Amino acid sequence: MKFKHDIVIVGSGLAGLRAALEVASGLDVALISKVFPTRSHSGAAQGGIGAALGNEEPDSWEWHMYDTVKGGDYLTDQDAAEALTRDAARAVYELEHMGVPFNRTPDGRIAQRAFGGHTKDFGEGPIKRACYAADRTGRVILDTLFGEAVARSIKVFSEFHLLDLIFDRGKAVGVIAYELSTGEIHTFHSRAVMLATGGFGKVFRTTSNCFANTGDGVHYTYRAGFPLEDMEFVQFHPTGIYKLGVLISEAARGEGGILRNGNGYRFMEDYAPSLKDLAPRDVVSRAITTEIRQGRGINGSDFVHLDLSHIGRERLAEKLSDISSFAKIYLGVDVAVEPIPVTPTCHYMMGGIPTSLDGHVLDLAGNPVPGLYAAGECACVSVHGANRLGTNSLLDLVVFGRRSGKMIRQDLQELDWNELSPNPDEHIVEKIAKIKTGRNGERTSAIRSDLQEIMTGKCCVYRNEKDLLAAMDSIRQLKERYEVLAIHNMGSSFNTDLLEAIELESLLGLAESILVSAIARTESRGAHYREDYPDRDDKNWLKHTLVAKTNSGPAVSFKPVSITRFQPKARTY
Amino acid sequence: MIVGFRIFRFDPQSDNAPYYSNYTVEADPQERVLDCLNRIRWEQDGTLSYRMSCAHGVCGSDAMRINGQCSLACQKLVKEVLGDEILVEPIPSFKVLKDLVVDLAPFFAKVDEIRPYLIASNPPDRERLQSPEDRKKMGEAIRCILCACCVGACPVSNENENYLGPAPLVQAFRRIFDSRDEERAQRLQQLNQPDGVWGCVNHFECTRVCPKEIPVTKYINMMKTAVRVRS
Repeated sequence: MKFKHDIVIVGSGLAGLRAALEVASGLDVALISKVFPTRSHSGAAQGGIGAALGNEEPDSWEWHMYDTVKGGDYLTDQDAAEALTRDAARAVYELEHMGVPFNRTPDGRIAQRAFGGHTKDFGEGPIKRACYAADRTGRVILDTLFGEAVARSIKVFSEFHLLDLIFDRGKAVGVIAYELSTGEIHTFHSRAVMLATGGFGKVFRTTSNCFANTGDGVHYTYRAGFPLEDMEFVQFHPTGIYKLGVLISEAARGEGGILRNGNGYRFMEDYAPSLKDLAPRDVVSRAITTEIRQGRGINGSDFVHLDLSHIGRERLAEKLSDISSFAKIYLGVDVAVEPIPVTPTCHYMMGGIPTSLDGHVLDLAGNPVPGLYAAGECACVSVHGANRLGTNSLLDLVVFGRRSGKMIRQDLQELDWNELSPNPDEHIVEKIAKIKTGRNGERTSAIRSDLQEIMTGKCCVYRNEKDLLAAMDSIRQLKERYEVLAIHNMGSSFNTDLLEAIELESLLGLAESILVSAIARTESRGAHYREDYPDRDDKNWLKHTLVAKTNSGPAVSFKPVSITRFQPKARTY
Repeated sequence: MIVGFRIFRFDPQSDNAPYYSNYTVEADPQERVLDCLNRIRWEQDGTLSYRMSCAHGVCGSDAMRINGQCSLACQKLVKEVLGDEILVEPIPSFKVLKDLVVDLAPFFAKVDEIRPYLIASNPPDRERLQSPEDRKKMGEAIRCILCACCVGACPVSNENENYLGPAPLVQAFRRIFDSRDEERAQRLQQLNQPDGVWGCVNHFECTRVCPKEIPVTKYINMMKTAVRVRS
């Protein structure tokens, strides 16, 4: 079928929903999502949303901005960090007004708690800045924004997979999507397209990410010839449940949880004497990996312990009940008496589609691509630099989702309808036919698990040139194997066999972009740690990486960092 | 260990009637039922269909009936359901679209019917104040992930398609017991009907199966009391 809407938003997590709310009145918006909106991965965010409300202790947006810039190891664009943190309090009050059930202080204000890398007075010790609803903050915000979407009768196309973006003479004019329940391929014709397709943690074996996080929107933007920014910066969250990767929120340490090695020692005292267990995620993940590598994991094994036993049952029930139940269900661990076995787990992509502060997708020259917008984890504003602070992602989603919506509303006064070519989906139909006819090749899962093993083994918390080059070589072989992949399911209803084959193209392409960028950056900054270049090198590398498709493969270029208030200095905690 | 699965199959487009397929997989007792289903689909039979996403009981996608009990496949471990074989079927009371995938559209329509959003006017510049005690009145209702396990397990929902059903009622509870909401009276009035709160006759099946341990029946009974007090 052919659908026609003023705006098509792809992705119904917080960024997509928040933008949709902004454009809903008076404009015809279609929200496309590969899952029912409340199943989106924003809902897995646990610990909180950061804003200097000052409800628990004095705070200021400048301190929050400083923490965001320092947390990002000075690769954060400071104009973006300022836009984020100055708008944070308004954004959180707005969520409260919409009905988010935040925990409360005794005097009825929004309760706040400590989180990694958030400090008072420009680095002088931890501060309570994370606004939270127990440890399901993302989920209740998602439910609330979706409720608002229901109230405003926003048109949602659930279980529609993005297959491609449509351009006409350089302007985004629509998308092609696959309807999961029928197998039909649809064309959405629009005046503006916004991508809010989230991250792509499924490039890695151990990840906190959901199965839907395959980065389709990011890959299709790259495939269309636009650059991706800072792809080497992949966040590994320190505390994933051992083997499973299920997230144990940083809020567990915000509420007093302690990491201990095989000797029972609180090792973070050695790595971050001031913030200890509440150091930023890149610092803590490296510390855990170092302890394990040096034989100080639990019983010499490859995990450490997160100890919450001193927090007390009542407080655990009130503030950390979901993670308590995860430990109980998956490990049989009662966190009130036993520690949780944890290891770093791939959690968040700092990099993505480069955008302006108002959601315009930017081309290689830094000019806006007409009609194309992006926000949320798929985008790189860059507000998180080389390492995102906890609680800043939920904030990013609602602040930049709203800004993008406002920009689209304004631009639509001038953006007109372009003509669509008669069969814009022809190449996709052919591609799917080709996948369906490959009978003798390998299954998707074989290639995908090889990809995930390679990336986890060679492009993780610690990296070096030899491993990265070997990984690149392997990925290129996987891309060849992908060309002759075969699926079993030829049906048209809920054919996830087919969709996973299509998603694998995105995962392979994104893995290549990550590797190319990681090989290029011969320094260590934030989450990108090179064993062969262990120091930060501001002289040569205080700049963003761009990777773009050329006839001879991915090509790397650079763009400057916005530095306004805070000059780079050594980053210690 | 080797684990046997017996899985409900039905493609309305090509099958005259539902049937069951048997599979065996190598599995660790600690693994999730979802891990086994994935292994079956990825390695043995790509035609099997079910929904899933977060795989840890937060998104609510993978509700199915496992050994007769409505559960999330990502929250049931193999060791908990081990027997001669593990029987996996779609949750009852919904139309089957394909294998374990059911049509949840009528369920979401009922959630929409209770107006799943805060209704309140004139917000202050900052946050509205709400005491911790008032905040706690929403209780565990904010944990609801709309997985529909409760509706699948409810004998009343299975018999009466017009009954609002447990999860939509939990969604109503969340707003009725939110001190910030200004339409409590209208919301209670909406539930005061045979297919509203009075549809519930205390089977407690919803409470038994809720993967988020929400005391659903208790909340429905609290709303019954609130309706009585009002009228």
